[in-house]
Order: sequence, then structure tokens, then C-alpha cells
Amino acid sequence: MSNLYFSLALFGTSILAGFLGAMTGLGGGVVIVPALCLLFKVDLHYALGASLVSVIATSSGAAAAYVREGFSNIRIGMFLEVATTLGALLGAYLTAKVSGNWIGVIFGVVLLYSAWTSVHEHDARPADHPPDPLAMRLNLRGTYPVGDHKEAYVGEHVPAAFGIMFGAGTLSGLLGIGSGAVKVLAMDQAMKLPFKVSTTTSNFMIGVTAAASAGFYLSRGYILPGLAMPVMLGVLVGSLVGSRLLVVARVKTIRIAFVVVIGALGIEMIFNGATGRL
Amino acid sequence: MAEGSDLGSNPGLGSDPGLGNDAGLGNDQGLEMAMGRMLQIGVTVAALVVLSGGVLYLKQFGGAQPDYRHFHGAPAGLASVDGILSGMSQFDPQSVIAFGILLLIATPICRVIFGVVGFALLRDRFYAGVSAAVLGILLFSFFLRR
Repeated sequence: MSNLYFSLALFGTSILAGFLGAMTGLGGGVVIVPALCLLFKVDLHYALGASLVSVIATSSGAAAAYVREGFSNIRIGMFLEVATTLGALLGAYLTAKVSGNWIGVIFGVVLLYSAWTSVHEHDARPADHPPDPLAMRLNLRGTYPVGDHKEAYVGEHVPAAFGIMFGAGTLSGLLGIGSGAVKVLAMDQAMKLPFKVSTTTSNFMIGVTAAASAGFYLSRGYILPGLAMPVMLGVLVGSLVGSRLLVVARVKTIRIAFVVVIGALGIEMIFNGATGRL
Repeated sequence: MAEGSDLGSNPGLGSDPGLGNDAGLGNDQGLEMAMGRMLQIGVTVAALVVLSGGVLYLKQFGGAQPDYRHFHGAPAGLASVDGILSGMSQFDPQSVIAFGILLLIATPICRVIFGVVGFALLRDRFYAGVSAAVLGILLFSFFLRR
């Protein structure tokens, strides 16, 4: 296939990935690496580079819409970014040390986990006990709009969330993804933040986390401009359209279909990694 | 950074005083808005640069068959900021795309710089420090090779 047709096919696939990623809240990056490796037979490290670039683009591109809603919390985001960026440094360092097959297996497990969480999504309940003193001292709190009034929240289990975020950052650097599902786990499950606050703050953090591994990826030659170009532009277009439509339509069937696709890709990544094909 | 001027003037959603929240939230909302707008502008400019580089690239190399199957690493000129900038000056299509990607990477880094400045303007020393720490980690990642 000539470069022109290859780029167009990649562009189309990336539009679809970005579109479905935005519709389901999982982000397009999570399917870009398996799609590039399994469908387009691209080397894993090149796929990581192209995916990381597209992750930064979607995170920044979606921010404008999220800011308008007033859910994201810049203090909580910035505080936890200390953990995610440190984790990303470790993860990006590990990409050169861990074999491609192991990365594939870990990737597959993360895909299966993401598929599972997006089925089992739930709201964190507000706590009845006195506010967490550490979170109060660190000012990890805020308000968010509920209907026409605003409700206050305070974070909990700050050290646990910080630790999970370090892990999320490591996965992001190792796999070239945003690891939004793990970030939401830290904020939704550990810190007990309202779900909308978790998802929008996580989106903000993804770009900064990915930027921390970008330097490594660039200097190691993972980022090929000709390959990253159609992927980045496609995912960006797809996710912008997807997030617009999300407001209009609730799409349960699309969500389930995408979860099935992610699960299947996860199993295939594990299989390919375990049998030494990556 | 003209956005900085409206950091304090935007009452945003946090202007409701009846919820027992700190008075600074209105300013937080302003800072958040400024960050969001900056990200939007950054990603738009980066995408346009990548797109124009991409058109040049496919015009010149659309018929070629690059090998993406085996890892060789990007050529040295595309694997460093200096290399990309010098390639840019010769209008090398791949360097133009790579420059757009650099702009894209710089966008979230700028957001953290906004954080350092914004929190300092809000007199929130702790969070100005937290933002500075994140910025330090990001810059460290670019100066550390391998």
C-alpha cells in the first residue's frame, strides 16, 4: 500500500477511534495502539509514539468544552499531576527496558480493565463523616453544579489516590495512553469525588501526564511524523465530533459495541504478547 | 499571555457566597477558563501546522512505502528539538509535522506555567509551588536523554 492510501486508511480508522473514545469516555488512545499493531502491522514502539501524540491532542481539544461546564478542579488536578508526571517518567524509561511482548500483555490487561470499568460505572456517594483533615489542609475540595445550585465536596484517602495516580502515570508512559480509567479510579473510588468532577479533571491531567513522557519518546525516535500525522488529526476530528454528539444523544448500544471491541483487542494483545508476536 | 489580565475579573460560577466556600473560587474559575482557552488555541495551531506539513509530506512522499513494521527509530534530525527546528528552516515536510507535534506537547506545559503564574496571582503559595514542581518534572524529562 502506498503511503497516501496508508495515511488515508489510518486517518479514517483514527476518526472512528476518536469518535468512539469520546462517546464512551474512554479516550481514543486506548484503541490506537492495538489497531496500529494488529490491523496495520506497525511496530509497537512507533504505535506508542503516535498514540501518545493523539492523547495530548484529545486532552487539550476537549478541555474547552469541559471548562465551560465548571466541573473540573484545577487544584486537585495539579496536586495529583505531581504523581502522574513522576510515574510517566518511570513508565517512559521502562519502554526501553521491558520487551515489546510484555508491553503487549500489560496493554491487553489494561484494555480489559477499561472495558470492565466502563460497564460498571457508578456515582460516588457523598460521605457523612467529618471532612478528611489532610484534604482540608491541602485544599483538595470544591463545588460543582447540581441542577441550579452547587454542592460542596472534599477529597478523601489522599495518600492512596496519590499512589494510584503514580501507577496511572507509569501506565501512561509505558503504554502511550492517557490511562483515564485508572485516573478516574483514583478520584472516583479513592477520593470519592463526584463522577463528573473525576472525569473532567482526569481529562485535564491526561495532557500534562503524556507531555512528561513525550520528551523520552521523541529522543528515542518513537515519534515518526509521517505516522503520527494522520493518527493525531483523525483522533482529534473524531473526538471533537463525538463529544458534540454526546450532548445530544445517549448511546448505550454504541457504548456496548465499543466495550466489546476493546475487550476483543485486549485479548488479542495478550495473545500476541504471550506468543511473542509483538 | 494576554489572558492573564482577566484572571481576577471573571466571577464565573463560583460567585455564589451562600455555600461556605472560600472567596477565591471565583478567581479559580477565571484561571480555569484562561487555561481552557489557551489549550484550545494551542491545539488548533498545532493541528494546522501538522496538517500543512502533512499535505507537503504526502505531496512529496505519497507514493513511497515507508517501513513501519520494523523499529529503526526516527532519524536523528527528527528526534531532537534542535534537529526539528533546523529541518523546519529548510521546509522539510516531516520537520514541519514534527514542529506541530512540538507545539502540541508545549500546550499542556504552558497550562502548567499558567498554573504557576495564576496561583501566584491568587496568592496561593502552596499551589504555585505544586505547579512549579510539576513544571520542573516536565522540563527535567526533556533534558534527560535515555
